[in-house]
Parts: sequence; structure tokens; C-alpha cells
Amino acid sequence: MNKAEPLVSRYSHEDYKSTVKPIWCPGCGHFGVETSLFRALAYLELPPEQVAIISGIGCSSRIPAYTQCYGFHGVHGRAPAVATGLKLARPELTVIVTSGDGDAFSIGGNHFIHACRRNVDMTLLVMDNEVYGMTKGQPSPTSPADWDSKIAPGGTGFSPFASLAVALASGANFIARGFSGDPNGVARLLVEAIQHPGFSFVQVLSPCVTYRPEERFWKKTVHPSSVESTNDPAVAGHRLLSDDGFTTGVFYVGNRPCYSATVDTSNHDLRAIEEDLAL
Amino acid sequence: MNQTISTLDAFLAHAHELEREAVERYEDLAGQMEVHNKPELAELFRKMAAIEQQHVDKVEGLAGGEPRTLAPWDYQWQDPESPESIPVGQGHYRMNPYQALSLVLACEERAEAFFANVAENADDPAVRESALQFAAEEREHAELLKVWLARYPEPKAEWWQDLDDPVSQE
Repeated sequence: MNKAEPLVSRYSHEDYKSTVKPIWCPGCGHFGVETSLFRALAYLELPPEQVAIISGIGCSSRIPAYTQCYGFHGVHGRAPAVATGLKLARPELTVIVTSGDGDAFSIGGNHFIHACRRNVDMTLLVMDNEVYGMTKGQPSPTSPADWDSKIAPGGTGFSPFASLAVALASGANFIARGFSGDPNGVARLLVEAIQHPGFSFVQVLSPCVTYRPEERFWKKTVHPSSVESTNDPAVAGHRLLSDDGFTTGVFYVGNRPCYSATVDTSNHDLRAIEEDLAL
Repeated sequence: MNQTISTLDAFLAHAHELEREAVERYEDLAGQMEVHNKPELAELFRKMAAIEQQHVDKVEGLAGGEPRTLAPWDYQWQDPESPESIPVGQGHYRMNPYQALSLVLACEERAEAFFANVAENADDPAVRESALQFAAEEREHAELLKVWLARYPEPKAEWWQDLDDPVSQE
């Protein structure tokens, strides 16, 4: 964030885009998130071959196909585990996990908590549309309790999963929220998240225009935070628990040391591993 | 919000990014329409991308190359996105040519308003002159689009309704 003078960037966001056309519904918020991610990477001048984007399953998890960066379309909910292994083995890579509210908080809920706790240097970007879109509109862990749907008439009656508060309690080192309708604002959050050491969690409110068309009006509901971020977990916790869920900005910037591999892997090259495994 | 763009260098940086993002968004929309089997709209958005690319080239010609880039959040746009881009979220799989042209027209009008605002608030005569020229071009485009728009019937109020609606899994 501290570039003294604006520069002609070595990279444009186009350098991160693949030729595969997204199959998201027109109007989907994920288009904005994808734009933000590539703008952030271009701003940071990260060579595409030095970035790995790891995902699970769901609409949001299709992003690895849409990028020139390395990508891994993994197992439902388990993207943080794959990313943790990758980052420990290849610490020089910038590792970004892209996920959705179902993938990250339900199927992968336990992985989410422990990824926060382990504090490996990576960024988790959750595109939260409060619905399982790819499987046709079931309530997700972040759906409002009273969201009326065919599968849950009158709503589920369950309180939405408080992802940012859980991340804070679990040990995430950077916590922020953005809105896909503000791609430049989200790009800024992602730049900060990627630059901050440790596990960074960025929730992006990203409307599902097909199964939650009312989310198109989020653009009128979101509002920027009126206060600066804090490094005090108690202050951040109070803010998060009293928040309406539509405040955007950085909530918490922690200073916990990152976890990094303590095992010397220099003597464990591929040949040695193959010999060990008798391949 | 008034734009206070004080140098020609900064103005060209803004003009370049505005036009470049318009190209990017039109190409994205063309791709979306192809994926959703709307070839007529895909062609329209490709045509718009080509027109905006001419503006990108023009700005690069004036700047003697690609102007410097700013951090994405440092551009002085009045809205979260640059004025000549169809905002994320406004696409729809039921979109018809009337809607598409209406969105494009709104882009041209926002771009004209942006350049006019820059001109009004510029102290540097070179910035004012360039901004007025760009505003005039956007106005011409808007007038042309109004003619195109008149060729299409205005759709029913509930054009977005789908008789074969995506059905939630029960």
C-alpha cells in the first residue's frame, strides 16, 4: 500500500485471466470479485506463476479455471487444507483460497476454524451469497433465519453463521469484509490481506442474482466502516458481534507470528521421496 | 463529487482507465451472452468493446504511449466503478437488445457527465480543453445510441420473468 508514486504496472489484470469464459449467471457478484482479485494481483505486481489459487466446490470455487495463475480445484470444503500444505512446501508462492459460504463455513467449517488457528500465511477469500447457488438454491450457513425458500418454508430458523467473529475467535490475523459491487474497494482489501503476514480472511458479500434476486439491493445496504481497524481482539470482537453484517472495511489486523514449516525439506527431494515410497 | 484533476497527465490516466475498463466490461458481457446463447447481444457488446478500444488507442496516442496507472482505488470516480462500465450486477440472462442498449446509453451519459465535471473544475486549460472534447464525443455516442434504441420496442415491465424459471431443488 505504500507505493510512493503511481507507476506503470508490470502487469495488468488481463495477465491473470485465462481464456475460459466464466459460466456464472450474468449479473453474478462473483464477476466483480474476480475483477478485484486480478486488480489486486496486478497492483502487487505478482507474476502469475508465483500465485496459486486453491478452491473447493461451488460457484465461487470455479475461479482457478478462470485464471492464468496456478490453480487447484479441490475437494469440497478442504481447500484450506490443500493450501496449507502448498504454502508450507512452497513458501515463496502467494497462496489464495477462494471459497463460498457453503464450502467454507458448512462443508469446510472445521477446516476454516483450524486454518484460522494455524495462522499459515495465506488469504481466504469467501464469496458469500447466503445460498447454495450451484445446487439450486438451498439455504446456506449464512442465510437469514427467516429466508423463505421451497426447501425451508418460512426459513430455517437458524441464526446465520457469524464468520468474521468465528475467524477472530479462532485466530485469524487479518479480518475484513467487502462488497462485490465495489471492485476497487475489494481490490484494496485483498492487497492488504495478501500483504499482511499470517492467515487473512476476507468475506465479500456477492449477490446471487438467480436464487437470491433481492440481494441486488445490497448495494443500497452496505456501508463503509466508520472506524479504523484495530489490533485489539476484544475491540474487534465487540464490533463484529454488534455489527449488522453489512459494514465493509478492515475489522482486525493482528500481530500473531505465522506458522511456517519447521521440518527441513532440503534433503527430501522428489527422488528421496520416491525411494522412500519404493516407486 | 467534483473531480479535481489538475494535470493533463492525471487526466489522461483517468481517461485511459475509464475507456480500458469499458472495453473489459463489454468483453466480459459479450462472453456472458455467448455462454447464455444470446449471440445478438454478444455481437452488440463486442461492437461496443471495439468502439471503446478506439478511445483507448486515442488516449494512448495523446499520451505518447500507455499512460501511468494509479492504484485502482485512487481513481476519482463518482461511483464505486468507473463511469463508462456497466456496473457489476446489472447483467441478466433474460436481457434483450433494448435493455442492453439502455445500459450502454447510461454508460455514455455517465462518461459525458464525468468529463464535463472535470472540465468544469479544471484550472489547467489543457485539461479543460481535452475534457470538453471527450465529453462532446461521449455526447455524440449517446445521441447515436438513442437512435439505435428507438429501433427496438420497449419491453414489457416484467421482461425478466422466465416461464421456465430456474427451480430451487426441493
